[in-house]
Amino acid sequence: MRFSALRILQEGLTGNKGWTPHWRDPEPKSEYDIVIIGGGGHGLSTAYYLAKEHGYRNIAVLEKGYIGGGNVGRNTTIVRANYFLPGNSEFYSNSLKLWEGLEADLNYNVMHSQRGLINLFHSDGQRDAFVRRGNAMITQGDDAVLLDRKGVEKHLPYLDFDNTRFPIYGGLLHPRGGTARHDAVAWGYARGADQRGVDLLQNCEVTGIDIEGGVVKGVQTTRGAIRAKKVGIVVAGRSGQVAAMAGMRLPIESHVLQAFVTEGLKPCIDHVVSFGMGHFYISQSDKGGLVFGGDLDFYASYAARGNLPMKEHVMEAAMTLMPMIGKAKVLRSWGGIMDMTPDGSPIIDRTGVEGLYIDCGWCYGGFKAVPGSGFAFAHLLATDRPHDSATRFRLDRFRTGRGLMDEEGTGAQHNLH
Amino acid sequence: MRLPCPVCGERDLREFTYQGDAVRLERPLPTAGGDAWDSYLHLRDNPAGLTRDLWQHGAGCGAWLVVTRDTVSHAVHSAVLAREARHAD
Repeated sequence: MRFSALRILQEGLTGNKGWTPHWRDPEPKSEYDIVIIGGGGHGLSTAYYLAKEHGYRNIAVLEKGYIGGGNVGRNTTIVRANYFLPGNSEFYSNSLKLWEGLEADLNYNVMHSQRGLINLFHSDGQRDAFVRRGNAMITQGDDAVLLDRKGVEKHLPYLDFDNTRFPIYGGLLHPRGGTARHDAVAWGYARGADQRGVDLLQNCEVTGIDIEGGVVKGVQTTRGAIRAKKVGIVVAGRSGQVAAMAGMRLPIESHVLQAFVTEGLKPCIDHVVSFGMGHFYISQSDKGGLVFGGDLDFYASYAARGNLPMKEHVMEAAMTLMPMIGKAKVLRSWGGIMDMTPDGSPIIDRTGVEGLYIDCGWCYGGFKAVPGSGFAFAHLLATDRPHDSATRFRLDRFRTGRGLMDEEGTGAQHNLH
Repeated sequence: MRLPCPVCGERDLREFTYQGDAVRLERPLPTAGGDAWDSYLHLRDNPAGLTRDLWQHGAGCGAWLVVTRDTVSHAVHSAVLAREARHAD
């Protein structure tokens, strides 16, 4: 089934009776060429690109819950490529290019909106740092525009520019940054993978990984044993538990990051606005809700909900930056489980077990990486070599100290990102 | 989440700074080798359930604490002085 304007018109006139499910609900087979553990955004895009780019058909994605029920449905939907360091820079640049072709590629409306992202700065030193970052983005082939105070006023007239502690000096505009509908990204990749023969197995929790003589042989699941020639672990915040099934410990601590959405309002915030000094960022969804968030709660947690101090901090930052937000009512808040690495950058690599691969450590930035991560992980699974855009996401960089990517410059230690 | 400081009593979360897993108390010898240091600095069990982590009561008595708590429910079971926790190991 292909989506088209004509099809939507036809269905609208005939009671929408012709739509079919987006994907099958197959029974697990006893053996696959490749098994992907984790049916989130990254797992689904990995399966999709394995089928599309590398011709694999006999693939399964194992999801312990339901498709779109994890972090891919819990994030704040921001898509950008404004990284500084080699390693991250080329990866997110590639991911953004995939985003830009995604809807045509998937034949699916993921509501990708390149509305522009503005990072605010509040001092001369910060301006210098942003000039440097902007130059790195341009060198990478992406876009960045330095705005002075007047330039920011033109885009974001509602900010409090003369705040005593953080007066706004200007901002770095990333015009190709924006948002996308997070659920639709999961559904679009799931549908695309399913159409290419990938089995999406929901309610199928992995309970063990079978390894013989250092070679992976398959997995044990709540829906029976499944043999596999290769296995990819893509389970975000649960990476520690799944890796433990293969006898591995990872350089990851799972933390909680909270997010918030207000009641639906008329359009008032046209961009994605990031207020780094207040650990605050905001955008407005197409439904009208203001979607915003802050920093980690900063303690290990799997609760998928946070505590009140960070909620208070985020609300204070919102009021500091844009006092107009004060009368908006918060509709709900929630938390996601973030797989934090010591340097704040991800891992896409082989493991010590032959045939077992891992894609994890996306910290609080996994959503924008969904296309790029799937593309690179599929390449690694299919060819046994890292993709050119992800050669530096090595698992052993902490052990060796070579190639750490500490984007914030705070130190490659747990609890600093 | 409130933490029961053994010196000050139960206090608001905002008075404390989190340092991470209590593995930080088990610093290897300088000569222990790369694997031991990698394990100490980077690798984590990252349990979903009971965990022991280090917190400093910076806005209170300043003591370093080992807190035993549940990462899934946020229930806090106990907090002891890090100095005593280390001696008990």
